[in-house]
Amino acid sequence: MAVLLELNDVSARYGQVQALHGISLTVGEGEVVALLGANGAGKTTTLRAVSGTVRRSGDVTFAGKRLGRAGPESVARSGIAHVPEGRGIFAELTVWENLRMGAYLRRGRPDFSAVLAYFPWLEARRTQQAGTLSGGEQQMLALARAFLLRPRLLMLDEPSLGLAPLVTREVFRVVVDLNEKEGLAVLVVEQNAAVALQAAGRAYVLETGTVAVEGSADELRANDAVRTAYLGY
Amino acid sequence: MQQFFEALMTGLAVGAIYAPLALALVLIYKATEVINFAQGEMAMFTTYIAYALLTHPHFGHTFSYWPAFFATLVIAFVFGVGLQRVVIRPLERASVLTVVMATIALLVILNGLAAWIWSPELKFFPSPFPTSSWVVDGVRISKQDTGTFGVTIACVVVLWLFFRFTKLGLAMRAGAVNPDAARLLGVRTSWLLALGWGFAAMLGAVSGMMTAPTNLLSPSMMQAVLIFAFAGAILGGLESPVGAVAGGLGLGVLLSMLGTYVHPVTTELQLPVALAILLIVLLVRPAGVFGRAVVRRV
Amino acid sequence: MKPRLGYLGFALLVVAVVVAPSISSHYRTFQLAFVGIYLIALIGLNILTGLTGQISLGHGAFMGVGAYTTTILVVDHGWRDLWTLPVAGLVAGLAGLAFGVPATRFAGPYLALATFAIPLSFIGLLKRFPHFTGGTGGRQLPSLHSQFGIKANSSVWIYWVSWLVALAMLLVAYALVRGRFGRALRSVRDSEIAATANGISTAGIKAIAFGISAFYCGLAGGLFAMAVTFVNPDTFPIDLSILLLVGVVLGGAGSLGGMLFGALFVEFIRITWGPALLDVFSRIHHVDARAAGSSLVVYGVVLLLVLYAAPAGAAGLVRRIVAAASSFKPKRRSAPTVDQT
Repeated sequence: MAVLLELNDVSARYGQVQALHGISLTVGEGEVVALLGANGAGKTTTLRAVSGTVRRSGDVTFAGKRLGRAGPESVARSGIAHVPEGRGIFAELTVWENLRMGAYLRRGRPDFSAVLAYFPWLEARRTQQAGTLSGGEQQMLALARAFLLRPRLLMLDEPSLGLAPLVTREVFRVVVDLNEKEGLAVLVVEQNAAVALQAAGRAYVLETGTVAVEGSADELRANDAVRTAYLGY
Repeated sequence: MQQFFEALMTGLAVGAIYAPLALALVLIYKATEVINFAQGEMAMFTTYIAYALLTHPHFGHTFSYWPAFFATLVIAFVFGVGLQRVVIRPLERASVLTVVMATIALLVILNGLAAWIWSPELKFFPSPFPTSSWVVDGVRISKQDTGTFGVTIACVVVLWLFFRFTKLGLAMRAGAVNPDAARLLGVRTSWLLALGWGFAAMLGAVSGMMTAPTNLLSPSMMQAVLIFAFAGAILGGLESPVGAVAGGLGLGVLLSMLGTYVHPVTTELQLPVALAILLIVLLVRPAGVFGRAVVRRV
Repeated sequence: MKPRLGYLGFALLVVAVVVAPSISSHYRTFQLAFVGIYLIALIGLNILTGLTGQISLGHGAFMGVGAYTTTILVVDHGWRDLWTLPVAGLVAGLAGLAFGVPATRFAGPYLALATFAIPLSFIGLLKRFPHFTGGTGGRQLPSLHSQFGIKANSSVWIYWVSWLVALAMLLVAYALVRGRFGRALRSVRDSEIAATANGISTAGIKAIAFGISAFYCGLAGGLFAMAVTFVNPDTFPIDLSILLLVGVVLGGAGSLGGMLFGALFVEFIRITWGPALLDVFSRIHHVDARAAGSSLVVYGVVLLLVLYAAPAGAAGLVRRIVAAASSFKPKRRSAPTVDQT
């Protein structure tokens, strides 16, 4: 399986505080990889380091090309869709306007039929103000919008945040669907390790800015010591 | 009754001068949380440019009114974009106080520059509309006022159409709501800010060119207009573009009515009265007449 | 380190104030009196802008309120000019409070734009009630002379009066901003939400800061009227308010000591440095340096340059120099920060 995303000895800091200390990880084409760990372990920072939202040192390579110092705008153009913590939807705009923004980079009239196939309920809610959607619906909207970017890699930051278990499961079902049917690689950051490991093929566990454990999802789930020490269940 | 309609017409015409400037202020504020203090002086300066096009030969001949008008709009747009890129963008990471001070510095520079280049004496600026009036049912409707109202409202409507229906307009709105999310979708928000300044400058130019015929062209021409525009924007609810336009028009009408019916209110008192109205409205309704109460999570 | 630097600085200032008249001409002493007057105004404005984080473009008008109060009391009611000063301050302070109470419900930048309306409104009001204010013609005060039997040149007299008041008000300001009140101000500047969570009424604090800053400007205005012996609506235009704000930023927003630099700037840019800069410029470019508006362009450009290069003003530069000299900390670009001087 070809490597799509590769981080090599990546470090990042917020002002004087070092958040990542030389992280290395890979995501293969069409893989679902989970990034786990406690609060403050550096999971969100890792995604930000890739999307250029935070300054980093070290190498990030995507589809064979090094991602330079460029900011989030050009990372999006390269084919990485980052759905940040809190979803990042445009609350004051309507559902449809949010989707149109997803298609911003596309030329000509965008084709919404594909996205509506995965998220049919969006059609009925076109004119609803996005901020009035429920948490789960907002998460789905963010996913739909990211999908419209036609990315090769989808980076999700804490999709389960603030969502009820049933809704979380539904969100992950869609993610897995997108992965299987579209061949979309996924790098998902999650505090809810149980749910994440069900969807992922491989996982990395971060602790205070470094990779503590890595392995396939099955291995991590089976290993009791890892589970209780790092995954909290 | 006749007096009422005449006051209403005048008020709308005057309000139509405040409205574009109010909209410009709100545009920039929504996108950047910064009040552009130089908005009025930018409008004044671009009006002087129109004046130069109209009175001095360029490339062999002077411009006639409408070509000069549209040329000025284009120049204003470029001017606005340029100012944002050169003066404001380097201060992106600085505190709000610093950026506001930069716009104040711009205010000072533009004011001085206009006086330096064209001298501070009052100048006549032509109007494209005749000074006569129609008389309908005994009410005089000034053609000048109608024309002013028509032009400014047309500009505002065109801009509204742009924001509502074009991709770029949508991107600008999205960028104002959540710039980080917009960037993650590939939007170059930095350039959109510059565009915003360009549009704001255009709106200012319209405001300036519509006010210069009546108020005469001078470097301090727009100072009071800026205040009235701001008052209008506040009355309309700080963050609402529709409110800004409605507020500008409404303020114009209100002041006109006060001037006609309440005799102690003379022209010198218009500004203090506007300020007083503003303060009273805010005491009663902090979100402005049209605004939604902003719930601040404390 | 900081408070000791502050005491040292204050002591030096006192020495300088005492020594200056004996080594300066009467004209220069008169100019230095204005430095003291502007210092008072700038300290006041700094309390509002530097410490509470609220920008005001209207404080020149509060100087005007103080100036006219003094004028009216002296000319119409026969008061001794010195005794009018507290009243001038008080009237201006109340005006500031009256504006502040409703206006501080605005968010910061909108508040600033509202304050832009103050000088323009003030001028309108002055012209509207001429029998009270003298209208566009203005009013004349009796000429300045030393009092209480002290024999001194009038320039020297006003110098001492201004600086005694300035030094006193500087100490008052220092006392005010040191303790809880100062912390409350700074917390409003830094984060309104956090301040509210700590039980501080932000609108209340901002309004009080308005009142206090207006009081200071009123005092300065009263002294100003005494010094120039003439006031009319053009004495306090919007330009003055802008110049005061520029003075605060150049001196270093949030730093009391920095205001001295600001005051020096405000006084000397108009008369001395501005035209000198222009002379240099005109020699290079063959332009008419005496043209109207040229000085405005100069100080606008200077302001911009300072904002890019030294946003924390002169006080910030001094801090950086002191920090670099006393330890080997790397130089960091800092936005206006809390200064405990």
